[in-house]
Amino acid sequence: MVGHLNKDNIQTLEFDALIVGGGGSGMRTSLELAKSGLKTAVVSKVFPTRSHTVSAQGGITCAIQSADPNDDWRWHMFDTVKGSDYIGDQDAIEYMCSEGPKAVFELEHMGLPFSRFENGRIYQRPFGGQSKDFGNGGQASRTCAAADRTGHALLHTLYQNNVKEGANFLNEWFAVDLVKNKFNEVTGVIAFSIESGEVAYLKSRATVLATGGAGRIYASTTNALINTGDGLGMSLRAGFPAQDMEMWQFHPTGIHGAGSLVTEGCRGEGGYLINADGERFMERYAPNAKDLAGRDVVARSMVLEILEGRGCGPNKDHVLLKLDHLGEEVLNAKLPGICELSKTFAGVDPVYKPIPVVPTCHYMMGGTPTNIHGQAFTSVNEIDNEVPGLFSVGEAACVSVHGANRLGGNSLLDLVVFGRAAGLHINEDLKSGGGVEEANSDDIESALHRLNKLNESNSGFEVAEVKRELQEVMQNYFGVFRRGEFMEKGVQALEEIRDKCENLHLHDKSDSFNTNRVEALELQNLLEVAEATAISSLKRNESRGAHARDDFPERDDENWLCHSLYDPIKKDLKKRQVNFEPKTMEAFPPKVRAY
Amino acid sequence: MIEVNIYRYNPETDKFPYMQKFNFEMPDRDIMVLELLNSLKESDPTISYRRSCREGVCGSDGMSINGKNGLACITPVSEVAKGNRLELRPLPGLPVVRDLVVDMTEFYAQYEKIKPFLQNDTPPPNQERLQSPSDRDKLDGLYECILCACCSTSCPSFWWNPDKFVGPAALLQAYRFIADTRDTRTEERLESLSDPFSVYRCHGIMNCVSVCPKGLNPNKAIGEIKSMLLTNKRHEAEIIASDGGGSI
Repeated sequence: MVGHLNKDNIQTLEFDALIVGGGGSGMRTSLELAKSGLKTAVVSKVFPTRSHTVSAQGGITCAIQSADPNDDWRWHMFDTVKGSDYIGDQDAIEYMCSEGPKAVFELEHMGLPFSRFENGRIYQRPFGGQSKDFGNGGQASRTCAAADRTGHALLHTLYQNNVKEGANFLNEWFAVDLVKNKFNEVTGVIAFSIESGEVAYLKSRATVLATGGAGRIYASTTNALINTGDGLGMSLRAGFPAQDMEMWQFHPTGIHGAGSLVTEGCRGEGGYLINADGERFMERYAPNAKDLAGRDVVARSMVLEILEGRGCGPNKDHVLLKLDHLGEEVLNAKLPGICELSKTFAGVDPVYKPIPVVPTCHYMMGGTPTNIHGQAFTSVNEIDNEVPGLFSVGEAACVSVHGANRLGGNSLLDLVVFGRAAGLHINEDLKSGGGVEEANSDDIESALHRLNKLNESNSGFEVAEVKRELQEVMQNYFGVFRRGEFMEKGVQALEEIRDKCENLHLHDKSDSFNTNRVEALELQNLLEVAEATAISSLKRNESRGAHARDDFPERDDENWLCHSLYDPIKKDLKKRQVNFEPKTMEAFPPKVRAY
Repeated sequence: MIEVNIYRYNPETDKFPYMQKFNFEMPDRDIMVLELLNSLKESDPTISYRRSCREGVCGSDGMSINGKNGLACITPVSEVAKGNRLELRPLPGLPVVRDLVVDMTEFYAQYEKIKPFLQNDTPPPNQERLQSPSDRDKLDGLYECILCACCSTSCPSFWWNPDKFVGPAALLQAYRFIADTRDTRTEERLESLSDPFSVYRCHGIMNCVSVCPKGLNPNKAIGEIKSMLLTNKRHEAEIIASDGGGSI
C-alpha cells in the first residue's frame, strides 16, 4: 500500500455481483447467486462465521404452523405492523411474513439443527409482541428456535451451504468506499486484503451492501466489535440517503456492565423482570402482554423503574431477570447458552440467582432504503429513483419491515427472506443484460481518497480516543429517552468529532494484518451513522416506537406517520410515505399501540 | 500490576519473532484477556489480533494464553495470570501472519474436506423434514462448534500432519453430519475417513477436550467414528467370509 494509490497502481478484479458482508443476509444472497453460475464474490472483513448473526439467540419468527396448526402469516403480519408503530411498509411486511415459511423450511432442508417438538416438527417459542387472531387471541408461540443458539446454527448452515455450492469468498478483505461513475451508478468498491494490504478495485455489475448494523456507535451495546456500519458509511459518503435512522432498538436485557445479549426467549419461556422491591413491574406497564410487550415498551419501563429509584444493586442502575423458577432442566434444555453467558459475564448462575440486566443498544431499524428486491433508491420530489448497481439487505438495509420497532425473531427472518429475494432479482436482472457503465480513473481516484489520506497522515487524532468520545455522545444524548436541547448538544459535539475523524493519525502504516488501519476506517463509518442518527432523531418531533422524546411524548400521526429520509449532503431530513398497500389484503390502519 | 508478555512478529520489519513485555495496571474488577489486549492496543496500536463478538460465540480470538489455548474474550485474567504474569502467543502449529494472528488456511481446508453440509438424496417435503427430539439430541455437543481452532492447534497429530490428519474440529463436524438422521451419506462419509491418516492419527490424548472453550468433546466424536469404521470393516470381513472372499 506504499505511496499514493491510483487506478494504475491497484489491480482491478471483475465480477457480475459483489456482496459486501458475510453474515446471514449476505450469505443468503450469495447462496442464491452461487447456484446461478454468475461470477460472484462475498467480501467479508472477517471469516464469515465470525459475523454478528452468530450472536442471535432466541430464534426466527415465522408462521410455520408447528406450535399452532392454525397459525396464520397474516397474524404475524399484524403483529409486525403494530410492532413497527405503523411505519413499517405493509407490502414488504406482507412479503416477509408470507414468504417466510418457505425460507425457514429451506433452512431446515439445508441442515439447520432446529429444536423439535415431540411430533418431530420445528420447536416454536413465544416471543414479545406476538398474538393470535390479529391481537384478539392471546399470546402466540411463533419463534422457531435451535435452543438459544439460533443465529449460530443459521450462520453456520448458510456458510456450509455456500461451501457446498462453491461460492467465492474474499475473506478478511475490507471494503473502503463505493466507486460511482458520472451517472451516479455504483460500479463496485475499493477494497483491500487485511492480511496482505493488497488494494483492488472490485468492479461489479451489482454491489450488495450486507454489512449489518452499527451498534458500536453507542458505548453500551449487545453488538459485536465489528458492527461499525461499514456499508452505510460507504453509501452515506457516496451521497445516498438513509431511512429511519432515529430508530434504534434498545434490547431490554443486556447483561449489566458487559452488554452481552440475554435473549427475549428467556421471558418467552416464562422468565420475568423484577425491580429492587422484587415486584414484577411489567404487570403495571403492560397488563396483558406483561414481560412480552414490544421491546421498546419494556426497555422504557425498565428505565423508568431505575429513574424512579427502584433499580437494583449498590448503584440502583439495573433490574433483574428472574429465571430460577423455571428449574434447572428447562434452563439447560432451552437456554443453555444463556446459562453459560450469565456465568461468564455476570458471575451468576440463573438456576439459582436472577441476571442483572439493563436496556442496551441492540438493533438499527433504519438503513439504506430499498424495495423488496434489495434495490437501493434515492427520493427526488417524492418519487423513488433506483440507484443502478446498488443493493442492500439485512440490518444494513431499511426495506422497511421493522419501522420504528422490530419484533424479536424478525431480524433473522428479514435476513433470509430478503437475502434470497435480492439474489433472485439480481440473477434475473444480470442475465437479462442489466448492469452499469464504466467508471473512469477520476471516479476510482475519488473512492481511494479516504484510504490515501489516512495512509499519508503524519499527525492527528487518536482512533481509540475519538471513538470513545463519539460513543459517549451517542450514549448520553441519543439513548432510550431523548430531548431536543440535549440532542442539539449532541449534534454540535458530533461536528467537532467529524473534524477529528477527518484528521486521524494512522500510526501503523504496514501492510500485514494492520488492524490499526481497519479500526480507523471503521471509526469514520461509525461517524457517518452517528451523524445520520443524531440529525434524524433531532428532527422527528414526536415519540414513536423506539424513538421516545420527553419534549414530544405523543405519537403524531398527522405529521409523522412517515419514514424519515436523511440526506447526507444537505444533512437534512425529508419525509417519505409509508406503504399502506399490501397486495393480497386490506392494510392495517394505525391504532393506539397497547400491550 | 501484572506483567504481560506478548508474541510480536511483523513480517515486514522483524526478521524473527520476539516477546514484548508490557506492565499492565489491572482495574478494580476482573477483566477478560481480550479487554486487557484492547487496553494495551490503545497505547500500542500496532498489536494485531482477531476479535469480533467478544462473548465466546464467533471463535475469532483463539490464542495461547499462558500455554493453554483458549478464547481471550471469555478467559478472565484472574484465572490465568499465574504469579501476576500473563503470556500471550498465537495458536501453535499454524503459520503466523502477524503477532497473534495465524494463517488458518489448512484448518479451514480440513473443515471443507469433510463436506460440512447436510446431504439427503430424497427430495425435500413441502415443509420441514421431521426429526424426533431424541434424534435431535444426538446433535447436541456437536453443532455448537465455533471453528476457533483451539482444539486442532493443541493436537500434536495436527501439528505433524495438518494436511492429512483431519483434526479434532473437522472430525467433530464430520460426526455432526454422520449423527444427523436427516443425512443419507453416512457410508460415503465414513469411507472418506477410512485411510490411515484422516481419523487414525488421533491417539486420544484429549488435548482437544481440555481446551475446548465451548466444553465440547471431539475425542468422543472421533471414538464414535472409529467404532463405526470398525463395524463397517467387520461387516466387510463377514461378507468376504460368507462368499469365500471372492468378489470384494
